Amino acid sequence: MKFPKKLRYTREHEWALIEGKEATIGVTDFAQHELGEVVFLELPKVGDSVTKDEAFGVIESVKASNELYAPVSGEVVEVNAELPETPETVNNDPYGDGWMIRIEMTDTAELEDLMSPDEYKQYIAEEAGGGEDDEEEGDPADDEGPADEAEEEDE
Amino acid sequence: MSGVGPERNRGISLAEPLLFERGSAGRVGIDVPPLDRVEREVEPVPAELCRDDLESLPELSEPEVLRHFLRLSQWNFSAATNFYPLGSCTMKYNPVLDEQVARLPGFARLHPAVPDAFAQGALGLMAELERMLAEVSGMDAISLQPAAGAQGELTGMKMIRAYHAERGDPRRTVLIPESAHGTNPASSALCGYQVVPVPSGREGMIDPAAVAKLADERVAAIMITNPNTLGLFEKDIVRITEIVHAKGAQVYLDGANLNALLGVAKPGHMGADVLQFNLHKTFSTPHGGGGPGAGPVGVRQHLADYLPTPRVVRTEHAWTRSDAAPKSIGRVHGFFGNFGMLVRAYAYILALGGDGLERATALAILNANYLRHHLEDAFELPYREPCLHECVFSDRRLEPFGVRTLDVAKRLLDYGFYAPTIYFPLVVSGAMMIEPTESESRETLDEFIAAMHTIVAEAREDAERLKAAPHLTRVSRLDEVRAARHPVLRWRPRSESA
Amino acid sequence: MRYLPHTDADVQSMLRSIGHEALGDLVAHVPADLRRRAAIELEAGRSEPEVLERLTALASENRPLEKTCFAGAGAYPHHVPAAVDTVISRSEFATAYTPYQPEVSQGTLQAIFEFQTMVTALFGLEVANASMYDGASATAEAVLMARRLRPKAGRVLLAASLPPAYRQVVRTYLEGIGDFVAEDVSFGPDGRVDSAALDRALAGAPVAAIVVGYPSYFGVIEDLRAVGERARGADALLVTVTPEGMALGLLREPGAVGADIAVGEGQSFGLGLSFGGPYLGLFATRERFVRSMPGRLVSETIDDRGRRGFVLTLATREQHIRRERATSNICTNQGLCALAATVYLALAGRTGLRALADRNARRARHALRRLCDGAGAQPVFAAPFFNEFAIRLPAARRRWERALAVDVIAGVPLGDAYPELEDALLLCVTEVHALSDIERLVEALRP
Repeated sequence: MKFPKKLRYTREHEWALIEGKEATIGVTDFAQHELGEVVFLELPKVGDSVTKDEAFGVIESVKASNELYAPVSGEVVEVNAELPETPETVNNDPYGDGWMIRIEMTDTAELEDLMSPDEYKQYIAEEAGGGEDDEEEGDPADDEGPADEAEEEDE
Repeated sequence: MSGVGPERNRGISLAEPLLFERGSAGRVGIDVPPLDRVEREVEPVPAELCRDDLESLPELSEPEVLRHFLRLSQWNFSAATNFYPLGSCTMKYNPVLDEQVARLPGFARLHPAVPDAFAQGALGLMAELERMLAEVSGMDAISLQPAAGAQGELTGMKMIRAYHAERGDPRRTVLIPESAHGTNPASSALCGYQVVPVPSGREGMIDPAAVAKLADERVAAIMITNPNTLGLFEKDIVRITEIVHAKGAQVYLDGANLNALLGVAKPGHMGADVLQFNLHKTFSTPHGGGGPGAGPVGVRQHLADYLPTPRVVRTEHAWTRSDAAPKSIGRVHGFFGNFGMLVRAYAYILALGGDGLERATALAILNANYLRHHLEDAFELPYREPCLHECVFSDRRLEPFGVRTLDVAKRLLDYGFYAPTIYFPLVVSGAMMIEPTESESRETLDEFIAAMHTIVAEAREDAERLKAAPHLTRVSRLDEVRAARHPVLRWRPRSESA
Repeated sequence: MRYLPHTDADVQSMLRSIGHEALGDLVAHVPADLRRRAAIELEAGRSEPEVLERLTALASENRPLEKTCFAGAGAYPHHVPAAVDTVISRSEFATAYTPYQPEVSQGTLQAIFEFQTMVTALFGLEVANASMYDGASATAEAVLMARRLRPKAGRVLLAASLPPAYRQVVRTYLEGIGDFVAEDVSFGPDGRVDSAALDRALAGAPVAAIVVGYPSYFGVIEDLRAVGERARGADALLVTVTPEGMALGLLREPGAVGADIAVGEGQSFGLGLSFGGPYLGLFATRERFVRSMPGRLVSETIDDRGRRGFVLTLATREQHIRRERATSNICTNQGLCALAATVYLALAGRTGLRALADRNARRARHALRRLCDGAGAQPVFAAPFFNEFAIRLPAARRRWERALAVDVIAGVPLGDAYPELEDALLLCVTEVHALSDIERLVEALRP
């Protein structure tokens, strides 16, 4: 299970990649593993505002439906429009092509609540009773930054 | 034993396409006699209001239609043909006599709008069934109107809301244990209530202290399933209902597991204010591949005025339907509920009588305890308190072999058994919830036990085969992910479908 | 007891094998105070002939009249082909549960898939669910769905010509869910929705949906295009309600003339009258709304060897997964009734259903003409109708009562639900009523 070093994590199993005022958001490898094959995603629109710890979307497998919680507050500036068409990407590449939205943050102080990779690893070992097997660090290729390969899109 | 292995099960399963893929233009399975002269003379419905064609409907003769559906029927497991230990569903024997009496023309052909004088038998039956349900449950008044258990829940919660509203505050929240059926929170939400989960205690039962902590003046009701979905009797039920009542809240008792209680304990004595009956469980009306059911509600006297209308009441000489109930929550059904199912349940209760109902419950409990005892060396039993009508195991001991509950369930099909309810309740990981009911003989239970033990051996010896089960069914594991990602919800001619 | 396999010896040996002595030991953990009072005071059990005798006696206290019962009003007398009952009597269908294990439930699943296909064809829409309880609750669920799709709207408009019981069920369902109310829209002199009243109602706060009967409670065929245009103009959904499914054999499919959600009662398709139930709620909508739909759905898929099969799908909308956020609380539906309808529609098929619906409409017209000529009746409404119509005649209720005395149920007096129609009766005529039965009706209502 992967925990890329440059990402920050939430208790609801989202990750955030912070680049200046912008945060790219997705769900963690652990989350996709627990959920199983993703079949459906509902994402916000560009221009919507999201609030830290509040739902911004929905992710579903065959037998589960979970809300996606925003790690930070801000305005949605980009959405991975391909993703709802190919939800399996969340399983195949949760930290890369499986990114969901990019937010322009309104309060960078909120970042302090997010977990480091080690804290998150610790958290899922304790709280969620998982993550103890096949741990590995994100390989360097991940560090290209998930959003870089995103398709351009507009709304 | 003459072998419990799946190799005993053999046979041809006949292919059958969709209705729309067979037939021939112009064929028809009913005869509509030619129009009479006077019918030809009248002015028809104006053409601009009429459809062009019903081209997607089939064109088949009667024998083709019959063969189609009889072949389909052979692809089903059913409670009549297979042991069906589906927990929380009470798949007991459905007496065939009940099917016969529900089809008596006096019931089956009776229009719901006939005047009361033409329906005395039907209304009398309903009144009598209400009395019987009140007697078995200790409730004071009954409405037979809800069409299924979930609608009974909705009806009950609407009544609770109306009761509180009349006191000036409908209140805001409903307490629901984590182990509850999904219908409980869904029904509460449909009444505008916010759901507050009550954690399961260590022994699998509700801890009164946890309820006391959560109960305040905002709480409209607690919804409790007793016995709960682990098959355990909530031993502190009376204390819990007292705590809730002290805060002015009501107690909704989910009667889904009532088959465990007849002659054992009456919900009315536990402090229940509202209860729904699932006639298709406890009172043996057939499940029909998903329905119809019937979900009557029973209430204590203080809620009787809120029951749905119309009610069946006695005048001096006759039964009549009455809408005179100003506090009623109103209707939940177009007529008086699933009457045909009421006839079946009534016939079932008549056949068993009071003693028979008690005996059925005692044997359902015996069967569950028998299975539990003979399976607990093979499967982990996460909650060890004595169970009533069902028991819940987990797949934890199979983990070393990479085998999960789903694999056990699928392999059971090869042995000719339907699977238990799986992955529910949510408080047990990899749950297998087994409810044998009173209808199964010891020999059947022994065969099931043997099959379960064999499956554990298979997990050890040939896990891969287990994980690919079922092997003997008409189709093997179906791709549910594909269906969910790209649902195909109707047939379309090849030319239309992409 | 004949349903219970356990002999006393079985019970004893089973108890022994689990370390107990008496059945009572197994419930010893239940509080004693509850157990003490739990005995069920009902009569002793009865043998099969005794049960049959009792039920036969009760059934004979009912008087269905059948061919001289001209009541419709939400339940319609039609012939049920013998093949329908043969199929739904099969224990393999009747005693199966919801198809949770698809590998051994393909019979039920394929039949539901066929049912969904037929319902979409009847309504002219793209998706249909596996059934709701009845037409009334299907209407209530459609209103709740419209509310989800139009979260900013606080009202739904119900045609006053919808069956009164349906409107009552909608109101029961809406009670307490928050700022959302149902308002009635009156009908005009022709029986159709009063367009001026509709315009006035739409002029207020946002409306989630307009709900109209198709046909209405009075049998009247609504002008859906006109209502649909007004709905679109107000960004409201158009919901059509078909209490008499047989009408769909003849009328333009609602999806083709603007309906966003179409619901109805499928009792006419092979289900007996059975004093009001079990019936069959039909529910269809557009593909883009599928995730807001209530109820179960079956999808085609393949197994791991590539063979076609069917499974329940999109279950994340449902209560067992989404709990308080589910689209509905429905679980058990009307599965076997949906199977009956599937068999019925397969038998009637493309030509039979049309012919039958046409016969219903024509026979009803003949009956109306005879009532006007022979009993001094007048049609209440001028708009076209299907197989049900309202007539006005002097001293209607007294004449209706007099007809009962000669074993004719001359429909349903409308005055109870519609005080302005105190002198009117609602009558239904279908293929089960022979021309001679119609003459008996005319005779019974003669002044």
